[in-house]
Amino acid sequence: MRQLFNQLISFPYFFKIAQISFPYLFLLSISVILLGVLWGVFFSPVDVTQGEVYRIIYLHVPAASVAQSIYYTMVIASVTYLIWRIKMASVFMISMAPLGAIFTFLALFTGAVWGQSTWGTWWVWDARLTSTLILLILYLAIISLFSSFDRRASTDQAVSIVVLIGGINLPIIKLSVEWWNTLHQSASITLSGSSIDNEMLIPLLISILGFYLYVTAIGMRRMQVEILKREISHNWVKRIF
Amino acid sequence: MRTKRRNRVIFVSSLIASLSVAFTFIVLAMNENVDFYYTPSDLTGSKIINKDSLRIGGLVQEDSIKISNNSLETNFLVTDLENSIEVYYEGILPNLFKENSGVIARGFYDYSNGIFYAKEILAKHDENYIPKEVKKALVNDS
Repeated sequence: MRQLFNQLISFPYFFKIAQISFPYLFLLSISVILLGVLWGVFFSPVDVTQGEVYRIIYLHVPAASVAQSIYYTMVIASVTYLIWRIKMASVFMISMAPLGAIFTFLALFTGAVWGQSTWGTWWVWDARLTSTLILLILYLAIISLFSSFDRRASTDQAVSIVVLIGGINLPIIKLSVEWWNTLHQSASITLSGSSIDNEMLIPLLISILGFYLYVTAIGMRRMQVEILKREISHNWVKRIF
Repeated sequence: MRTKRRNRVIFVSSLIASLSVAFTFIVLAMNENVDFYYTPSDLTGSKIINKDSLRIGGLVQEDSIKISNNSLETNFLVTDLENSIEVYYEGILPNLFKENSGVIARGFYDYSNGIFYAKEILAKHDENYIPKEVKKALVNDS
């Protein structure tokens, strides 16, 4: 176990694993996303109150889920970096932050389109929507912070602290719809079950799985690029190319 | 090396500890004013909420919608199943506006006659997703 962990945080070993597994993982993720989304858009039944527009759920929920999960993993990485100074942790953070930003934006955008038709407005400043916008701003702040220092070590240190502090936003996003009155509805899928009909739920779960696979694949690829940037003068890189 | 790492652990733990304290304070402070809307019980209660613009939310009470024939005037009751408030609105209603479904109105509450004059009506959707056919079957069963 410890050996496996040590291998995964070693740059050459990780690079090799990612190089081999990326094409399979990428193709798999695209097929799973297509399966989930096409099934949801063309074959699942129409919702009784919302009508056809509910189908945006097949993009909105996976995007929002991935957007938050990326930040959770980044918090873990930030603690790992702050305590053990494992460089792979900072490679992970810098590689995932843009993905997090893109999916947060996608969640906000699809939510706005759905809201315009369902609620009658694109945007309101309720707790759920506002805390998700803050998540997007956090991602953007982290991305810009990565490019604003000269010394690698101080950048990684500063970013880790910001990521950790920003983690405070995650439970707020999660619990906002339960603690306060919001326009956004509370969670449909919980540990105790789902209030979405099974015929609609199955393609949604497939789509969520596909999004997670996609983020894993692209995240690995981005980490490879970041590793090359940092290790360009090392011998193991020269031996590969 | 050992002590260095210990210092880092102390640094991270104290950061997390202070963040938790900050989190608690933020949530406690926000509890006062982060709610997107008031419930009818909030307004009919003893505490007077004196605001030029506020939102109320709840369900549209059954058989309470009165739509004028020759204008866009609408009257209906918003209820939280304990208290209800009459809402007056002139404008176009959202598609999902109907009886027994969630609604949020922004406007002004007149304490003197107990009518809420709405400037904007939003429909609130709940967490349930039900296909048309299933709903039909449910209605036929009951």
